[in-house]
Amino acid sequence: MQKPKNIIQKVWEQHVVHQEAGKPDLLYIDLHLVHEVTSPQAFEGLRMNGRKVRRPDLTYATMDHNVSTRDRNVIKDPISKKQIDTLKENCQEFGVELSDRQHPDNGIVHVIGPELGLTQPGKTIVCGDSHTSTHGAFGALAFGIGTSEVEHVLATQTLWQAPPKTMNVKMNGKLGTGVTAKDLILAIIGKFGVQFGTGYVMEYTGEAIRSLSMEERMTVCNMSIEGGARAGLIAPDETTFEYLKGRRHVPKGEAFEEAVAKWRTLSTEEGAEYDAVVEIEASEVEPQVTWGTNPGMCIPITASVPNPEEEEKSNKKDEISRALQYMGLEADQPISSVKIDHVFIGSCTNSRLSDLRKAADVVRGHKVNPKVKAIVVPGSFSVKLAAEKEGIDQIFKEAGFEWREAGCSMCLAMNDDIVPPGGRCASTSNRNFEGRQGNGSRTHLVSPEMAAAAAVAGHFVDVRQFTAQEVL
Amino acid sequence: MEPLRIHTGVVCPLNRSNIDTDQIIPKQFLKRIERSGFGQFLFYHWRFDDDGNLRKDFSMNHPKYQGASILVAGENFGCGSSREHAPWAIQDFGFKVVIAQSYADIFKNNCVKNGILTIQASEEQVQTIMRKAESEGYTLTVNLEDQVVYDNQGLEIKFDIPPYPKEMLLNGWDEIGVTLNYEDKISQYELASK
Repeated sequence: MQKPKNIIQKVWEQHVVHQEAGKPDLLYIDLHLVHEVTSPQAFEGLRMNGRKVRRPDLTYATMDHNVSTRDRNVIKDPISKKQIDTLKENCQEFGVELSDRQHPDNGIVHVIGPELGLTQPGKTIVCGDSHTSTHGAFGALAFGIGTSEVEHVLATQTLWQAPPKTMNVKMNGKLGTGVTAKDLILAIIGKFGVQFGTGYVMEYTGEAIRSLSMEERMTVCNMSIEGGARAGLIAPDETTFEYLKGRRHVPKGEAFEEAVAKWRTLSTEEGAEYDAVVEIEASEVEPQVTWGTNPGMCIPITASVPNPEEEEKSNKKDEISRALQYMGLEADQPISSVKIDHVFIGSCTNSRLSDLRKAADVVRGHKVNPKVKAIVVPGSFSVKLAAEKEGIDQIFKEAGFEWREAGCSMCLAMNDDIVPPGGRCASTSNRNFEGRQGNGSRTHLVSPEMAAAAAVAGHFVDVRQFTAQEVL
Repeated sequence: MEPLRIHTGVVCPLNRSNIDTDQIIPKQFLKRIERSGFGQFLFYHWRFDDDGNLRKDFSMNHPKYQGASILVAGENFGCGSSREHAPWAIQDFGFKVVIAQSYADIFKNNCVKNGILTIQASEEQVQTIMRKAESEGYTLTVNLEDQVVYDNQGLEIKFDIPPYPKEMLLNGWDEIGVTLNYEDKISQYELASK
């Protein structure tokens, strides 16, 4: 009898083109997503060697990092403009479908892939972007690659990849009220650190995962890379199939039923083993706020910033001290006392319709604190339109938020949405690295609900209490 | 890609862990469409202050590390963004080898594709090298064929590397050229999975 397999091993085996001793496996890639920042040198490489894109039909491009969220038609920075134009020219030359910045399908690459139904269970998906792990929410094996690998996939539709180790990340129990998928993944990274997933592909399992919507699952998988794992996935179930049904690139009618039957067979088999297992009790997770300069530097809203003196190892001590200094925080300071001056609701982690709805529910009837500049950046054109149809834009605007066009925006500040030096931002994005949102900027990662509450209060607040006050 | 077999060079210590690629090459420099010229932006905000002057307290800026070609760091080097601009900057600045306690997966892959050798060493070994690198002109020799790093004071560290990246680095191969030899297999796979 064959050894039972987990979903990661199954998807992997289905994509092996060639195997030989002393080499990684040659893995077939089903979907290659392309954006403007990590592709120009890859296309140039093809040109220099007289190579073509092997499967333009499995390649899809969008522009998201450099686009302006104020006016889609204007890019002031000539170097950004050049990069955008270069993508357009490359897509024309090599026959790759592109959602240009005025195109109704345009948006953040990890938002539109699922929206258009390009992302499907059991696929191998790559993109020159580390948050490609997002697509794992559908039971796809999806991971970020560098530009040399982008060129390799363009030319051959394959990658040489050593089989990963597999990890079961079990999320037991249910999340409490006011606690979100973002808090769950932050709590995991806070507990196990920013490199516990290095060398692994993770499968998220357990009751807490099963009860999440697709958009919430995307938030969890998105941040797999912040725990060091190139990919993190969730076995597809009814929630997945329901989401996929009727989307543009998903099979229709009978073909859909056939696809679903095939997708059902992907799940991890009874008794399958993993190279590692970690667990977390979802019911114990509280709303999280990062205090430091990597996503593992993360505490519950009820807690205080750590004190380096309590660390034994000198390098840990130094790391905390340096992070506190950069962040302008005092050891032992309650995180709820930290005042903010910027709020960013957006990014491939938290810019989907349900994220905006939940944040709007918190904001409704309130005003943004006068000391805070707050922006909402929908993940795609389509999210923006859907939100406007529901009047979500009005709720934000009446509260004093700026309602923007879609794009990566202030998550990494490659466009003109920048947190100024020393500025402090409650952000729904995925990285709080030094300077991530602008040189000298200070980022605190939170859920959309926590960001919305902080925008109103002017400092971090426990959204569970914030909401309770509303009821009274 | 340049083959890398034996390399001797000055060692520059960077005694930090979790150095992310946003630090290695900040986002404002990712807008270029060329593959070269990123070295000037390496660790930009750590090397330069807001007025563009060299920060004296940053190790890489010290005169004794000028011309260094071996970079030494702590755990989880190259975490975060997949930007290949990070290894491009490291290489363009003059580094050929990185020695660290551990690496982020994508970064490590990106280095191999550019002919940069990433060596994993223990915490103790890394700390030993950091200490030794405090003295001026400290050099290490890396022999990839024999998978060993040594100095002229008796230090010798064996390291592991899987056969495939080793072969790639030793020969400086163009990987796409290699893969295109498997064209038939790829076509067969495509036919079978239709």
